[in-house]
Amino acid sequence: MTKHTIVALVEDRPGVLNRIASKWRQRGFNIESLAVGHSEMAGLSRMTFTVDGTTTDVDQVTKQMYKLIEVVKVTDLTEHDMVHRELALVKVAANPQQRSAIIEIVDIFRAKIVDVAPESLIIEVTGTEDKIDAIFEMLRPYGIKELVRTGRIAMTRGAAAPTSVDGGKGEHHRYRPAGEGKPKVGSLL
Amino acid sequence: MTKMTGAQIVMECLAREGVEYIFGIPGGANLPLYDTLPQYPQIRHILVRHEQAAAHAADAYARVTGKAGVCWATSGPGATNLVTGIANASMDSVPLVCITGAVVSWLIGRDGFQEADITGITIPITKQNYLVLDVDDLAQTVREAFHIATTGRPGPVLIDIPRDIQQQQTEFHYPEKVDIPSYRPVTKGHPGQIRKAAQLIAEAERPLILAGHGVVLARAYDELRELAERAHIPVICTLLGIGGFPGSHELYLGMPGMHGMYWNNIAISEADLIIGIGMRFDDRVTGRLKDFAPNARIIHIDVDPAEIGKNVRTTVPIVGDVKEVLSDLNPLVQPARHDAWCRHIQEIRREHPSITIPNVDKVLPQFVIKKIYELSGPDAYFVTGVGQHQMWAAQFFWGDNPGSFVTSGGLGTMGFEVPAAMGVQFARPKDLVWSICGDGGFQMTMQEMATIVEHELPIKFAIINNGHLGMVRQWQHLFYDDNLQAVRLFHPDYVKLAEAFGAAGLRVTDKIEVEPAIEKALRHPGPVIIDFHVEQHEDIYPMMPPGASLAETVDQPEAEREAKPEKVRSS
Ligand SMILES: Cc1ncc(C[n+]2csc(CCOP(=O)(O)OP(=O)(O)O)c2C)c(N)n1
Ligand SMILES: [Mg+2]
Repeated sequence: MTKHTIVALVEDRPGVLNRIASKWRQRGFNIESLAVGHSEMAGLSRMTFTVDGTTTDVDQVTKQMYKLIEVVKVTDLTEHDMVHRELALVKVAANPQQRSAIIEIVDIFRAKIVDVAPESLIIEVTGTEDKIDAIFEMLRPYGIKELVRTGRIAMTRGAAAPTSVDGGKGEHHRYRPAGEGKPKVGSLL
Repeated sequence: MTKMTGAQIVMECLAREGVEYIFGIPGGANLPLYDTLPQYPQIRHILVRHEQAAAHAADAYARVTGKAGVCWATSGPGATNLVTGIANASMDSVPLVCITGAVVSWLIGRDGFQEADITGITIPITKQNYLVLDVDDLAQTVREAFHIATTGRPGPVLIDIPRDIQQQQTEFHYPEKVDIPSYRPVTKGHPGQIRKAAQLIAEAERPLILAGHGVVLARAYDELRELAERAHIPVICTLLGIGGFPGSHELYLGMPGMHGMYWNNIAISEADLIIGIGMRFDDRVTGRLKDFAPNARIIHIDVDPAEIGKNVRTTVPIVGDVKEVLSDLNPLVQPARHDAWCRHIQEIRREHPSITIPNVDKVLPQFVIKKIYELSGPDAYFVTGVGQHQMWAAQFFWGDNPGSFVTSGGLGTMGFEVPAAMGVQFARPKDLVWSICGDGGFQMTMQEMATIVEHELPIKFAIINNGHLGMVRQWQHLFYDDNLQAVRLFHPDYVKLAEAFGAAGLRVTDKIEVEPAIEKALRHPGPVIIDFHVEQHEDIYPMMPPGASLAETVDQPEAEREAKPEKVRSS
């Protein structure tokens, strides 16, 4: 397994993303994708990123990230049984003649059309990277105008939550409740 | 409850941390801090002449006392001038708290006069940094800064405080304890790993200890000695580990690596067990990694988990504070003797003595340094710059005073020698402090002579004046076909310079003057600069060529040494 999926819980404070990116750059880590957003804990953001294990020492990635004070927990999900997904929006050229063929593709991939205009459609598709690559290839002949992908997010299957920090009762008083005080949630930058 | 300004809160916190000295320079953005100085007479502010010197002085003060060093500067150029000193402390894991004034908060991000994004700039060279935008966060931040700087693997922490935050008033609440859930450095080693380490030590026939800065930082002198003596294991100290083990001890072998003792580099290549203690297997120590200690299993003890496995494969890693881990390990270690192994190393040593000084009439730099050591008594401190003189100073240091060798290791910062000696002398006002200077390094930070004379610090400066950026000259000589470019150094009249600053100045141009000059300097109650005119083209050996393995170390190139007196260069 060369592609590693790593989840990091980090304190939601200004400058944290900068610190993490700086570490990756400084150490020459090859990070392929990154997705960041709120976690189940107020004051903690959850980052999911993927690393190419052939070019980067994944153990060092984890250890170097732990050196950052705001990094609370880093978990490599690669060996876990996990669900991982990406979301993509694709704006594809679609004149009335082509439309039904495109809709057929959308149905096959269980994607959704979320915007319709005279000369274009926006398609929303969720799935593994392979699935998104596949629909992209199918749509390409019609003319792709824009593509945006979120990067992988992931979670382990089953009741256990190895990525989480336990509790919330008192232990993590430092994490400010979402939306209260400053800095605010979403202020990682 | 009476209200306090942000600046008072900072000072109150510094006072409660037991800070004695702040090295710094004022400017528009930190004037509120200066305004409070009279209220805190227990804290002395030392006005330096360049902020780099503030950081180096605080760094050296920290190395010697074990407490966090404190420096501060104004925004913009004041803050950026600290950068070299912060990077130096970061590379050598030295606890430093740097406080910078920032432009008023509403100008941040608008390129205000003297604005520099110092928190952005210092992310890669600080252990943590803060921009404080709420006066109510200040006390907590300063408290955290000291906690983070001094615990785990120590390092520099920077706090950037806009001027208006320094001026705002609020109620002061001192956080009695600091608890950062995401920062809980492991200090106690894993018992299972420690048992395994004891097992490896029991099995070893050719063990070696490689002791690094961690031993000095953790003050684990006694524990290291106990381990070495109990299991009869020879001890090698890295550049920054020097002073972590008594130099006169029969088990002490000196420094390894690029300019280390030949016998050490060979011994490492032959060892069957390497115990790395508070060190990070730096490339100057290991040489070509794939050929490092090819026959050895490796025990690596370090407080920083990220150091484990970073450079070398480790058989038994132990994460924890060196002092605690060794105290837990020692009782499990079986007493042993390794006489054959020690004898073998001593045989290599006899055949390749590495640091014998040729008996010539010229003033050899290593001769001068050796004489300084001989004449300075057991309690002196030695600070060096970076270059050949530093390597000679390291090679010839066989003293016993723990933590008395202060040098810039990881970053290799020329100019460290002058301000760092100042920091050491403030920390150890009664002890003798030598600054062994390169003529290049001295000229980088010699402005601090003014600070030193002003505070009557009786530092003895030995300028190893080879008229060159000597180490670079050696590299150009060896690896660039002797194409000497930009290494010849013009120098001022150092005796007059000393006098201009108000210090005493001496010049030595002949070998017979070396001892008398050192003795004269030692008798002089104030600061002295001795300008030692040494042989200009002396190369430092042993040398492991860059990119080579330890086993390929060249002890002494005999042919070249013979030929050298004939060489005359005119550049
Ligand atoms: C700030 C800085 N600039 C450049 C260097 C590169 N460098 C390493 S050793 C050296 C020469 C040092 O000359 P000097 O201080 O006279 O010491 P010497 O080697 O002659 O003993 C230089 C330029 C450095 N280490 N630090
Ligand atoms: Mg020189």
